[in-house]
Amino acid sequence: MSALLPAVAPALPLHEAGKYVAGAYIVFLVLIVVYVAIMAAKLQRIERELGELASFAEQGKGEPARAVEKSSVGGGS
Amino acid sequence: MYGKGLRPLSIATVAMLAVSLSLVFFYAPLEADQGFIQKIFYLHVPLAITALIGFIVGGVFAIAHLRSGNRKWDAYSYVSIHMSVIFGVAVLVTGSIWAKASWGHWWVWDEPTLVSFLIVFLLYATYYPFRYAIEDPERQARYASVFAVTAGAFVPLNFLAVRMAQSLVHPRVFATANGGLPGSMLLTFLACLAAIALLWVTLVKFELTAKSASGQVKRLRRALDAPAPGAASRIAPEVG
Amino acid sequence: MTSSRAAFAAILGKDLRTELRTLQSLPAMALFAVTTFVIFRFGLDRTALSGSLAAGVLWATLLFAAVLGINRLFVSEHEEGGFDAIRLAPVDRTVLFGAKAAALLIYLLALELIVVPIFALFFLGSAAALPPLLGILVLADLGLATTGTLISSMAVNSRARDLLVPLVLLPLVVPLMIAATGASDPLLTLGGPTYDRFGTWLAVLGLYDLIFGLVGYAVFDFLLED
Repeated sequence: MSALLPAVAPALPLHEAGKYVAGAYIVFLVLIVVYVAIMAAKLQRIERELGELASFAEQGKGEPARAVEKSSVGGGS
Repeated sequence: MYGKGLRPLSIATVAMLAVSLSLVFFYAPLEADQGFIQKIFYLHVPLAITALIGFIVGGVFAIAHLRSGNRKWDAYSYVSIHMSVIFGVAVLVTGSIWAKASWGHWWVWDEPTLVSFLIVFLLYATYYPFRYAIEDPERQARYASVFAVTAGAFVPLNFLAVRMAQSLVHPRVFATANGGLPGSMLLTFLACLAAIALLWVTLVKFELTAKSASGQVKRLRRALDAPAPGAASRIAPEVG
Repeated sequence: MTSSRAAFAAILGKDLRTELRTLQSLPAMALFAVTTFVIFRFGLDRTALSGSLAAGVLWATLLFAAVLGINRLFVSEHEEGGFDAIRLAPVDRTVLFGAKAAALLIYLLALELIVVPIFALFFLGSAAALPPLLGILVLADLGLATTGTLISSMAVNSRARDLLVPLVLLPLVVPLMIAATGASDPLLTLGGPTYDRFGTWLAVLGLYDLIFGLVGYAVFDFLLED
């Protein structure tokens, strides 16, 4: 029966095999963490852009409001 | 709203991953021929199956895009393929590690499934330069969908051809792994498959949510007539 | 239906006549193939090839020569408004796909008619393998023609046109190459042709042709939308 499986090597001793198995699972973990890091960078960029847009919008609201005030003050007196 | 349901989904994914990893290392018995090395299969094979189904799903989304013209399907297709390519990297690396542990070489041409997967991976890797080379966004989306459909049809044909090319002398190692799986191993395998599949879905949803958020920022920017920052990505389709 | 057939004949005729008159693709492809044979002779340091080596050299060379022709397949349509013409014409747009694939098939067969005997001259002991090889060549060319036309029609509208075709096409035709070399290998052995799994490989080639013919037929319309 074992003659039918010439190419499969005999099982490695446990401490050897453990390193390979650990390596495989570590690769998996590393890929996930790298992905999370990339998404974190994207999220940071979105946050920054939203902040810029918020201050831009507030600025925009501030100026017309001041202009209205000026004309009402000017018109009032 | 792409983010809806993302939290319960990720919780389910984490739970499933914890359960399946526990099963792999505390419950599944040691395999007779390969010993501890066989534990890699619980990671490698679910990753491969999920990636391949992910490619087919990308093709299905592409069909939806071609038929409806709605660009959101193109975004779904792109993200599905993108995620499957990333999972594909994991498949090839874990496959290589397993090859080294079993056969002593970091790559072997004798394992037809691994070789077929390499060819599929190489094809889908060309998806990015292909999209990048087409400037008009609408045309890019359409052509990318045609690519995804063609590549989806290619996958089963490729596995057939590579399998046939193997000489009959070398045994198929996966046959011993999957053919006569005892119940405990089968349970562990299915749990891992569910966990990896959930992971894929969660990450795809995550990616789509991030794209949607970026899209909304662009909308807001346009509505406010605010100045735009640097050039946007040319290949990643927009969402939202 | 008649107008589609007429359009098919018109496009195919135009292509063949242009090629005959200008001879821009075919001689280059043939010359490239023969030079590649010489490179293989020195690269592999062999004067005779048989079996899998012969099959590999022949099919790799044919494939790369084909890519040269595929790159140029839709250039005239792109530059002279052929795409617009087919959009406006009251015929099924898939006619363009069919006609171009047929043209490419003819180019490939013509290429092989020139190149394969030269290959036999350079590397093979006898020409006994050539007749059955013809069957493999026809089926493989069909698959190459359909996939090549599909990819070429997309690449012609892109920036990195000459890069895109080899990049995307090569992985797609791997199953074709596997089947073609698998069938050719026993044909080209030193002792004379044998037919190990010949029928199975031909079946795989046929399956490939069928699937990608259908895929091409189904999606080509979407490529022409504007």
